[in-house]
Amino acid sequence: MKDVRAIVLRTAGTNCDRETVFALASAGADVDLVHINMIANGEKSLDRYQILALPGGFSYGDDISAGRVLANELINKIEEPVNKFVADGKLVVGICNGFQALVKTGLLPGFAAKKGRSGMARPSVTLFDNDCGHFECRWIYLKNDPKSPCVFTKGVQRVITLPIAHGEGKIIFDKPETRKKVIANKQIVFKYCDAEGNLSGYPVNPNGSEENIAGLCNATGRVFGLMPHPERHITATQHPRWTRGEGADPGHGFAIFQNAVDFAAKEL
Amino acid sequence: MASKKSPKKAAAKKAAKPKKSAAQVKVEKVKILQATDAQLVKISSDRLLSLNLGEMKKVAAYFRRKGRNPTDAELECIAQTWSEHCKHKVFNGIISYVENGRKELIDNLFKQTIVKATKDIREADGDGDRCVSVFEDNAGVIEFDDNFHFAFKVETHNHPSALDPYGGANTGIGGVIRDPMGTCLGATPIFNVDVFCFAPPDMPHDKLPKGILHPKRIYKGVVAGVRDYGNKMGIPTINGSLHFDDRYLGNPLVYCGTGGLIPVDRVEKKARPGDLIVAVGGKTGRDGIHGATFSSIELDSDSETSSSGAVQIGNPIVEKKALDIIIQARAMFLYDCITDCGAGGFSSAVGEMGKDIGAEVHLERCPLKYGGLAPWEILLSEAQERMVLSIPPNNLFKFLRLCERENVEATIIGKFTNTKRFVVRHEGVDVADLDMKFLHGGVPRYPRPAVWNTRKHPEPKIADPENLNRALEKVLGSYNVASKEWVVRQYDHEVQGASVLKPLQGAQDDGPGDAAVVAPLFGSYRGIAVSNGIAVRYGDIDTYWMAASAIDEAIRNAVAVGADIDDIAILDNFCWGNPDKPDRLGDLVRASRACYDIATAYGTPFISGKDSFYNEFAIEGETIAIPPTLLISATGIIPDVRRVVSMDFKKPGNPVYVVGTTFNEMGGSQYYQTLGFIGNSVPKLNAKKSKKIFKALTGAIRSGCVRACHDASDGGLAVAFAESAFAGGFGADIDARLIPRAAGVKRTDNLLFSESNTRFVVEVDFAKRKEFEKQMKNVPCALVGVVTKKPRLTVTGLNCKTAISAGIDKLKAVWKAPLAW
Repeated sequence: MKDVRAIVLRTAGTNCDRETVFALASAGADVDLVHINMIANGEKSLDRYQILALPGGFSYGDDISAGRVLANELINKIEEPVNKFVADGKLVVGICNGFQALVKTGLLPGFAAKKGRSGMARPSVTLFDNDCGHFECRWIYLKNDPKSPCVFTKGVQRVITLPIAHGEGKIIFDKPETRKKVIANKQIVFKYCDAEGNLSGYPVNPNGSEENIAGLCNATGRVFGLMPHPERHITATQHPRWTRGEGADPGHGFAIFQNAVDFAAKEL
Repeated sequence: MASKKSPKKAAAKKAAKPKKSAAQVKVEKVKILQATDAQLVKISSDRLLSLNLGEMKKVAAYFRRKGRNPTDAELECIAQTWSEHCKHKVFNGIISYVENGRKELIDNLFKQTIVKATKDIREADGDGDRCVSVFEDNAGVIEFDDNFHFAFKVETHNHPSALDPYGGANTGIGGVIRDPMGTCLGATPIFNVDVFCFAPPDMPHDKLPKGILHPKRIYKGVVAGVRDYGNKMGIPTINGSLHFDDRYLGNPLVYCGTGGLIPVDRVEKKARPGDLIVAVGGKTGRDGIHGATFSSIELDSDSETSSSGAVQIGNPIVEKKALDIIIQARAMFLYDCITDCGAGGFSSAVGEMGKDIGAEVHLERCPLKYGGLAPWEILLSEAQERMVLSIPPNNLFKFLRLCERENVEATIIGKFTNTKRFVVRHEGVDVADLDMKFLHGGVPRYPRPAVWNTRKHPEPKIADPENLNRALEKVLGSYNVASKEWVVRQYDHEVQGASVLKPLQGAQDDGPGDAAVVAPLFGSYRGIAVSNGIAVRYGDIDTYWMAASAIDEAIRNAVAVGADIDDIAILDNFCWGNPDKPDRLGDLVRASRACYDIATAYGTPFISGKDSFYNEFAIEGETIAIPPTLLISATGIIPDVRRVVSMDFKKPGNPVYVVGTTFNEMGGSQYYQTLGFIGNSVPKLNAKKSKKIFKALTGAIRSGCVRACHDASDGGLAVAFAESAFAGGFGADIDARLIPRAAGVKRTDNLLFSESNTRFVVEVDFAKRKEFEKQMKNVPCALVGVVTKKPRLTVTGLNCKTAISAGIDKLKAVWKAPLAW
């Protein structure tokens, strides 16, 4: 199997970079943690990587709105290399703040691809303030759609548990057609559910997200974003009820990184 | 305040023009050489220096020897350096103490109690001494593993949070995070903790005195302030607690703490002559002026107008960026020394780093948020997010390149010298020139009176109720005991992926954990347990037993999850009223002595601490003083986190044990509080016996017999049974007659609600019950019941009748309701 190289892109306010690096490295990738300015000034190039991860955090303090400033930096500072990365069919994963940025660039759900200068344009989906009105940290259950084209979630168990930790995680569509299209394309990778896989309201759906959406991919399934944190559930002792005999090694989040590395090794 | 002599017009013009020419620099000479005593006092109060007459005279004498008047900056610099906040004059001072009529003179209470405890323990530990750096640096440091040491500091930000709950708490957590960052050559933060004390949030609005914010507003503001800083720094908040008492009305307490890891080869720090002084991070502004001296005064209804400028303005992302740089520069050995800009700003940070050598600062180089600051304001501002590094000239280019790449502001503001003087200039004009020796060693000591007399409170005369369901519900639903989930969930306790035991535990992730455990290094099972203890109500009876109980609570919380008392270190944070009042100071003497006695008996060294005095609010000639409040934070190194246990019952059929003896100690209990009494029989402690209990329990936990362990504290055993049951989603059948108890305990309500120290409720694996009993055979421990599938807590009383019979869902609902907003 050939070497897989992953880049974890960080910037001011990124804070889940260390555990994201650990998750990718545990899955066998060769991981570099790189500041976005080093891509912008040419010190480093995205070309040598097959996986790009945008980790969680509060990029630029989430001033204006969550992920908005980072999205602008992706668009205005490193638009070309990111577009090429996506166009080459390489893998992009955005977790929490990274997801917020991907949504705000328009890369997810990716419907603006042909508009304007590039793949990045006006977002058609946004992540808005939680219905409860503030940041919340809790472990939630996710139901995955086995028919989704998402390459990150192939073979993931039907219901998994991961932690969420965000204040702006409520998915809202700009218009009903967008919602229809996302559903038709099976781009809803994860939905919030209870332990048995049933959908319901708060706190099962922790933020009031439309369709209980927790994660989305683009039409190719190679760009993927989610609000919950798979990188925080790699080992058994991270499970909130491991002392009650629940959970196992590896944790439920690991498969997402393993799938990415395996896919990259085979296809990229 | 700065340009008293200049006409208003000129001042306005200056404010609009950031760059001032040399001629415009306003350095005022303050005439103290010929000043009378009354004038000296007036100068101190007019300038909010918080220096008393004795101290002002010492300053005047120093300048008389120099043959000149001080500048405004010099006076401010001395005032901050000599402030109670920085020098701990009360604790280190002389106390003339009278206890129940017996007189004695105490020379340096702090050294005789807290410091001595640590010294004695370290000597006794010999080669096993785990302390690396105590009471010296910004945080206490102990050994973690072969590669890392562990630094921990807890601070308070009470006065600012009273005026501006959000901003005060925001910068409180921001400030304490910089403590480990500025310890040794910079520790990487791995967790935060927070403990708050408020007045009850349901206080009627019309009862609120002038100048005081409503407790609910303070509560919400403080929680949001800590949330927005801690979460944005990417540091998990893993442990904390909330306490309520009417007397926190004018002075809420906001304790924030941060733990971090430091590579073992990055411990030694020392600025060298010739090193450049580099300021990193935030710009300097007028926010946070007089923070250190402001914290040494009582508050009143004018404080908001007079002292709001002492509250800083936080920006966590600036601090996060600085942290990112420091961690990289630390790995590259780019600097010799580092400290944070806290109280006293540059004056204190640079002054401390250059204490033994000397330093020269050029204020015009300091990046400012806006123009118009007088030189002394630049020197003293406590604006946030600033770190000061001592960088050898050879490394400067590399360091600045690092900063430039990540958009971090770094500015050379001066250099360290070998003159043993602290020299400050602004555009070539002398602003300050002080001898380091006088600045750091000149503060005079003088005796304060202290008195303590045994107190007598009325004892409740109530019949032993046959049915205690209602009493249990009242205690579970009291603010001090009720669920704090609303707060806990607003903090990210999962970031960094290290959490092993979370603050909320059990089948529904909502039970109240005793301690949190993190495993901070990926791929390693070595961990750290973090807990706290606080026993406010006992202080109304005797602060000695209050302090003893706080230490015991912090330690038993850590032991409950699996920490070994021999691997535990503790921190002290005293929040007190005005120590110039003898009764307040007497309480402090009693509490400090307990700290020595209990810590040495337990062998748990104090590694860091802090005190905050003057927590009083003046209303029409009277003051509300906070109750004496001692927070003990405990931290225990865990060799293998896979052995830790949580507090929730795990399996029906498993036997339930009570470990530790229950005494008739209802004084200050939550049960008495719900009845409106304090009482007198405060929980005491036999530390020698307690240590044996801790050791035996740790052995049992480590050998894998224990499935759940929960300490009994507020609300006693009744609350512990209820919490373990509803957190686990199971019931329990308990026979109170089997609970180990002292001869004096004759009533079921006393047995179930007494808050005696060193007690645990333990669920044991049925198959391993014999092994457990063997491990516990030399300490008080008894089988008292069983975990049941039926979701009901049933307790048989001493009279053989059912004392408690309640559905766990009902109990949980009662416990969850009060603070679920």
